[in-house]
Amino acid sequence: MVLDGNGALLAANEVATLLVPPGDTVPDWLATASAADGRVHGDIGGRGFEAHPVPHGDDDSVTWWLVEDTDTRLAIEALRVERERTALLSEVSSALLASLNLDRCMDVTARLAAEHLADAAVVIAPAARHRYPAVLCVRDGDPVRTRLRVHPEDVPGLAEALQGFPPVPSRWIDPASTPDWLRPDGFGEIGSVVVTPLPGLGVAAGALVLLRRAGQPAFDEGEEVFARLFAARAGAAMSAARMFAQQNSITETLMRELLPPTLHQVGGVEFAGRYRAAQDTERIGGDFYDVHPTADDDESLAVLGDVCGKGLEAAVLTGKIRNTLHALLPMSGDHLRVLNRLNDTLVNPHSTRFATMVLASVRREGAGVRLRLTCAGHPPPFIVRADGQVEEVASRGNLVGVMPRIEATSTTVTLAPGETCLLFTDGITEAHGGPLGGELFGEDRLRRVLADCAGMPADAIVEHVQMLAAQWIGDRPHDDMAVVAITAPRGSHLTAVGGHGPGRYTA
Amino acid sequence: MTPAEPTRTAPAHTEPTRTEQATAGHVERLWAAVCDRDEHTAAEVVTGAAAAGLAPESVLLDVIAAVQRRVGQEWADNRITVAQEHAATAINERALAALALTAPTPAPTLGTITVACVDGEWHALPARLLAEVLRLRGFRVDYLGAQVPAPHLITHLHRTGPDAVALSSSIATRLPSAHATITACQAAGTPVIAGGAAFGPDGRYARLLGADAWAPDARAAADRLARSPLNRPAGGHQPIDDLPHLADQEYTMVSRTSGQLVKAMLSGLEETIPAMRSYTEAQREYTAQDLAHIVDYLGTALYVDDADLFTGFLTWTAGILTARSVPARFLVPALDLLAAELRDFPRSTALLTAGRSALPARDVPGDHDR
Repeated sequence: MVLDGNGALLAANEVATLLVPPGDTVPDWLATASAADGRVHGDIGGRGFEAHPVPHGDDDSVTWWLVEDTDTRLAIEALRVERERTALLSEVSSALLASLNLDRCMDVTARLAAEHLADAAVVIAPAARHRYPAVLCVRDGDPVRTRLRVHPEDVPGLAEALQGFPPVPSRWIDPASTPDWLRPDGFGEIGSVVVTPLPGLGVAAGALVLLRRAGQPAFDEGEEVFARLFAARAGAAMSAARMFAQQNSITETLMRELLPPTLHQVGGVEFAGRYRAAQDTERIGGDFYDVHPTADDDESLAVLGDVCGKGLEAAVLTGKIRNTLHALLPMSGDHLRVLNRLNDTLVNPHSTRFATMVLASVRREGAGVRLRLTCAGHPPPFIVRADGQVEEVASRGNLVGVMPRIEATSTTVTLAPGETCLLFTDGITEAHGGPLGGELFGEDRLRRVLADCAGMPADAIVEHVQMLAAQWIGDRPHDDMAVVAITAPRGSHLTAVGGHGPGRYTA
Repeated sequence: MTPAEPTRTAPAHTEPTRTEQATAGHVERLWAAVCDRDEHTAAEVVTGAAAAGLAPESVLLDVIAAVQRRVGQEWADNRITVAQEHAATAINERALAALALTAPTPAPTLGTITVACVDGEWHALPARLLAEVLRLRGFRVDYLGAQVPAPHLITHLHRTGPDAVALSSSIATRLPSAHATITACQAAGTPVIAGGAAFGPDGRYARLLGADAWAPDARAAADRLARSPLNRPAGGHQPIDDLPHLADQEYTMVSRTSGQLVKAMLSGLEETIPAMRSYTEAQREYTAQDLAHIVDYLGTALYVDDADLFTGFLTWTAGILTARSVPARFLVPALDLLAAELRDFPRSTALLTAGRSALPARDVPGDHDR
């Protein structure tokens, strides 16, 4: 069509006449367009057009060639929306996958849903003890965690969504019948509500309820499809988090029994222990220690040992040995008998499970401490005297679990106040590393370290030894390392406490 | 304390001064108990200070932390050994535990914070102090202690979903570990506030390594966390984005070959300084440890790409060695030997040149006694 300088229609070909019938005015966007600006876009009769100008040289009039671009523009618009959604889904995925914590996953789901899908969102997880963990979030607000004590049957589709069965699509519910517990405080009148199941990894992860205020458009088909994609991701993340939590609670429960105990004062004697597992991903391994008060009120039995193997399997064996030793406590007056009974339970023609250990019966005597020590195939402990002398305990014996009978000699040692008996596993002395790399930490170095530790409290000594060994190792691989210090306390205040009944000095 | 303003005519004995005097008294008594390794008295001093009206937070930070700084200074000045430092710290920590048992803790109303030390960090007391301060301020706190391997920390984060991790590190050579831990926490969707001497007096390394916040001390950390929750980290962050210079692999090369580098320096020094040939086994090992520290700090300076970290360490070491009556004259030849080993590595060479010029020249080679 040809327009004059004021945008009035001068001429039009046949097709253009169909668009702008004679008598109609040319749309503003075209009438006011200048040829100097090149191509322009606009709608005529609900369809999109691109207008290409050809200025006439002699006057202000311009011939505009119109090309319809409705489909192109729809495609471009659809592409933009899809790109936005893909970007959003990828943001959603990375936000959801960051944490394996169920509460955090629900927070993130509620926040993202309120931000991108609705004015408010409620995420509800399957019930735990008759309560439904839920997170409410209003757009631009913070997620609020609650535990709902409600009947999900009150909301059409919610019970099925939470159960994951029978399969249900997203359900529209009547805004007027929305129960109060789904209405965020001060939200105002609800315009539309949709309940979407959160499908998990083979288990139902929960339900997502989206709310829009009155006056906002209801959810269209594209938005519902997108909400389902969102729900699939959120559901997968939530059920992964739930599975992790379940596995973790099983692991924690089983591990609790195998973790080295926290040692403290027993019977007026200081005990301290420290443990470092060979694998940084694990907290347990093949070394173990325990301190048990015995029925004979003032004597306690300390044990430190090392089983063959590494990792969880070794840790399970330490659990068995620790339980057996605990049960054998009544005979702790006779170390050899304890070791032989334990040996009987371990010797087995079908397996080669063995362990080395030190038993120490510990008794406070006046200001000092009397120790009866027996080594079964284990590196002998060191005694750190008050003057910095370091002595090796002279007890020897076979390891447990190999021979039908154990032979071992016990030794008695007395500690004066401030003196320590240090039990350790070979993970310390056989630590490889040092400033030059590849050197053994060795017993001599341990002796030198201990010579500096005269008069130190038990926990300071074990920490010092573990620290120096750890620094010796650096980033290199290492074995399990366990250290226990048995120390006769310095200072007079402890003697005042010592003496009557184990309960009084157990910290 | 701010210096007195000359224009003010108010008398010197103002209210704060009395509190400060009382605090100084508690510090002296706790210091004496710690030196005596008398945990009973140490516990009495801190619980007594709280009973006498000093705020528990003040007992933690103005008494216990003050004594701990003094322990560190005594070690630096060679008045106590590392083992004695450990013993003193153990007593101080027990005093802290006694205070934590007696001080009333408010019901947690603020968020949950996980407090941990970087893997390889054995100075747990600053983190422990922060944990107690946060508890007093009304946070729920999970204190994981010293030497926390990153996998444990991450499992803990997934399990408990805290609002932030407070990460403590006092030794600069743990910075690469700290970086790995910070990025791991952020990847698990948890923001990190960093603190401790390792991150630099102005927190520059905390920023460099991408920590979400930094605080110069426990009070500031608690203030920051109480003001507003830290923002959750945005996803898609790549650790290498923080430190593009790592692409040259110099850090990897120096840290992997540290043992060989120390060996080369040690045998080189034995040729340069004849007295070293008659060293005892222990003396030789001490020297090897000093040399290993130099290589460690060089590696860390390569990691953060900051020459100040290396020169600062060297001048500090020279001071420490002097305090231990060890002539620091082996430092310059040691740097020269290291420079010869690393001559093909431009960033290492530049750091070593900077380090050498930061040290005063030593002319006469001689004994390195211990």
